[in-house]
Amino acid sequence: MSIKLNALFSDSYIDISQYRDQHFKGNRYEQEKLLKQSCTLYVGNLSFYTTEEQVYELFSKCGDVKRIIIGLDKVKKTACGFCFVEYYTRADAEHAMRFVNGTRLDDRIIRTDWDAGFKEGRQYGRGKSGGQVRDEYRQDYDPARGGYGKLAQLQRTPEAPHKF
Amino acid sequence: GAARRHSPHKRRRTSEPIEIEDRLESLICRVGEKSTSSLESNLEGLAGVLEADLPNYKNKILRILCAVARLLPEKLTVYTTLVGLLNARNYNFGGEFVEAMIRQLKETLKSNLYSEAVYLVRFLSDLVNCHVIAAPSMVAMFENFVSVTQEEDIPQVRSDWYVYAVLSCLPWVGKELYEKKDVEMDRLLNQIDGYLKRRQKIHVPMLQVWSAEKPHPQEEYLDCLWAQVQKLKKDRWQERHILRPYIAFDSVLCEALQHNLPPFTPPAHSDDAVYPMPHVVFRMFDYTDAPEGPVMPGSHSVERFVIEENLHCIIKSHWRERKTCAAQLLSYPGKNKIPLNYHIVEVIFGELFQLPSPPHIEVMYTALLIELCKLQPGSLPQVLAQATEMMYMRLDTMNTTCVDRFVSWFAHHLSNFQFRWSWDDWADCLTVDNEKPKPKFVKEVLEKCMRLSYHQRIVDIVPPSFSALIPAEPMFQYKYEDESNTSLPGFATAVTVTNAIKNRASNEEILAVLKEIPNPNQDDDDDEGDGFNPLKIDVFLQTLLHLAAKSFSHSFSALAKFHEVLKTLTESDEGKLHILKVVYEAWRKHPQMIAVLVDKMIRTQIVDCAAVANWIFSSDMAHDFTRLYMWEILHSTIRKMNKHVQKIQKELEEAKDKLEKQQHKKQKDSGDEEDMEKNSDDEDGQLEEQIERLQEKVESAQSEQKNLFLVIFQRFIMLLTEHLVRCETGSVDINTSWYKNCIERLQQIFLMHHVIIQQYMGTLENLLFTAELDHHILAVYQQFCALQL
Repeated sequence: MSIKLNALFSDSYIDISQYRDQHFKGNRYEQEKLLKQSCTLYVGNLSFYTTEEQVYELFSKCGDVKRIIIGLDKVKKTACGFCFVEYYTRADAEHAMRFVNGTRLDDRIIRTDWDAGFKEGRQYGRGKSGGQVRDEYRQDYDPARGGYGKLAQLQRTPEAPHKF
Repeated sequence: GAARRHSPHKRRRTSEPIEIEDRLESLICRVGEKSTSSLESNLEGLAGVLEADLPNYKNKILRILCAVARLLPEKLTVYTTLVGLLNARNYNFGGEFVEAMIRQLKETLKSNLYSEAVYLVRFLSDLVNCHVIAAPSMVAMFENFVSVTQEEDIPQVRSDWYVYAVLSCLPWVGKELYEKKDVEMDRLLNQIDGYLKRRQKIHVPMLQVWSAEKPHPQEEYLDCLWAQVQKLKKDRWQERHILRPYIAFDSVLCEALQHNLPPFTPPAHSDDAVYPMPHVVFRMFDYTDAPEGPVMPGSHSVERFVIEENLHCIIKSHWRERKTCAAQLLSYPGKNKIPLNYHIVEVIFGELFQLPSPPHIEVMYTALLIELCKLQPGSLPQVLAQATEMMYMRLDTMNTTCVDRFVSWFAHHLSNFQFRWSWDDWADCLTVDNEKPKPKFVKEVLEKCMRLSYHQRIVDIVPPSFSALIPAEPMFQYKYEDESNTSLPGFATAVTVTNAIKNRASNEEILAVLKEIPNPNQDDDDDEGDGFNPLKIDVFLQTLLHLAAKSFSHSFSALAKFHEVLKTLTESDEGKLHILKVVYEAWRKHPQMIAVLVDKMIRTQIVDCAAVANWIFSSDMAHDFTRLYMWEILHSTIRKMNKHVQKIQKELEEAKDKLEKQQHKKQKDSGDEEDMEKNSDDEDGQLEEQIERLQEKVESAQSEQKNLFLVIFQRFIMLLTEHLVRCETGSVDINTSWYKNCIERLQQIFLMHHVIIQQYMGTLENLLFTAELDHHILAVYQQFCALQL
């Protein structure tokens, strides 16, 4: 009786994505194994002003939240637009992948993805300027994420006057 | 098109059997979906392919067809037609399929999978229309089902299910059965009529979303279905909504030989049978609500039943993938003849508001409605707005639990649409007392909206006239704030503690500082000064939380760092209660913070669940008693207690399993060596010890759990009795807003935790819900008991 009918009941929202953390200590297989059993989600495209409270409120709709770690600019130590949400159970995290991913928080469409698990240091942006990599190179103007991308900002500021 | 056996991309000359099986599965599952060919030609083609595959893949095909019968009820008639065509081509296969279905039906009933069992019975009944099953044998099965109503000493929900199974098939097969066996069918319906008249319906008020009869009565599900079947019978079983592909194949099918269903005896009742709970049919729309376009079928039309069934089935199949679910709902066959958007919105809210609980997690419905709005931006948002308006208008009679869900849904929905809403349309809520349902609803919605945004945003989105309903700015209230408070007892120590914490004092150092605080409650002969000292708790916790007020993380860190101090201060029950008081005083403008701190304190065992329950019911908290955040805290507390018990029970089961496996293994390897035996005896001994310890742990946890519910129910009874007595002596109407809220909160405890509470019914009945209780309160208990009788 217990035929599964794979053709039918896909649950694609909980699949792991193509992203792999380049700083992960271990091989691809180990990382994938952790991703498939993880209770932790990476949450991206947050406004710099989105608070821990707002994240708690939204993600609590999927289950009890164990902890939230707000992503920080490595230099300024201020929020830089991402966070980690850890649940007590995998099932609750799966609900977040199904029903919160792709919806709005603080008026922005946020994106959730499986994370292999928080480790000290992973709360910092990896962009050269201290924030996230995506904010280094983007060309658009996003007032909730520091305005223009870092590179674009440098290009926009007039050249410093020569010393001589 | 027909299946291709040779994939052009593979180098092998013939496909592996596993690939053919996957392809068969895919073909069968996908038939009936959007296609360039007609449904009839696809079914014809598929029947040909399957017939050809029968010699090699018969069992696989049988299993797939049985599975789609059970799991894809929204495509029922597509698959019955397919089976009909196969039976016409291969009589033996038809017979084997029917046998397999009966086996599956028995298994689903044994496994308490009652909704799937209904789909199977419905499938069998539609096979009568496809000339696979002979009508008289179907009638005989129905007669056996209905005879369950004659069984003695069974729960009502058992006979309910068998009656429901029969009635819910009649839209599909009523006509055919009446044509062949009208006398027997009349007898059957009379028996059902008699049963429906004598069954008790005490449970109904507890399950209704609205208590008012107007504009739409919230009917008990069997009553509604019976009315629908009666109407269908009056219309001489003419049913025009169901898609029946088999009609096109009538000339082929009527040539087929039919099978007789083997006599089916419903499995006997057993104590571990869990029958579906009764439910109430949710209705919020009628034909007057859809302004243009097709008319909505009436509440007692069988079309309404079929549409609702199918939409529920689609959600059940696709809830995990909201885009697919929305698309499937919106491509409902026959959608041009019905106001589909209205049906969809009604079915979704029906599930969201279902009591005791929705079939799926609440947030799914929010996400699904957002997807539907995206797919139908020109029409669905308007229907949704209309529905919201209607539900707002009827808040006065809406069950409190449903209002909670309405609040959560609406705020979350708004947060996805820039909080745009025509608040002015709801200006009437400003003209009545704030505790009345409408202003209360708006207040709670704005509070939840603020949690998803920030205070100023809420100020900006509502008209100035709504300012009284705007939540407070969520700021910390520091008791020892400034110089004006120097006269407060403990002020000086608060300053000392502040500095100590800033200078990274240890737990011991803090405790030493706190020792200097006099105990306002204490006699002088308290030597150690270690007893409950409310002032110590005030000073320390206010100061600590003040320093950590910046964010949740800061506060959690603070609780963790000074866990030792907090445990010491809250050793007694009074200490636990007082710490909750202090947290409340400090964060009373930020209920969300209170909730997460209480959660943390329970998890780190600074307070226990009973303390939280006592705090919620304490007279200090009476003014917030009807606020949603209080009940969220209480239910979260109960859930933590339940999960704790479950966790230990699981550990115990696992240890027992381990021991069993170990002993089993020992029996198998007859160890000759003495050493080996001694080691395994030791292992056994260790495990047995562990099991004993876990057993004690489980008993202790269950005792705590039972005590928690006793405390909660006791406090409810006290509060409600007080109110009822006061009203009676004063000759005042008992039905105040507070009373409605309180009695429905009591109901909510039963409904939200019914599985656990059922374990403690004996104690509850003996100790609390006795005949001496006021009948208003006892009624809630009796309605709850009636849910599984």
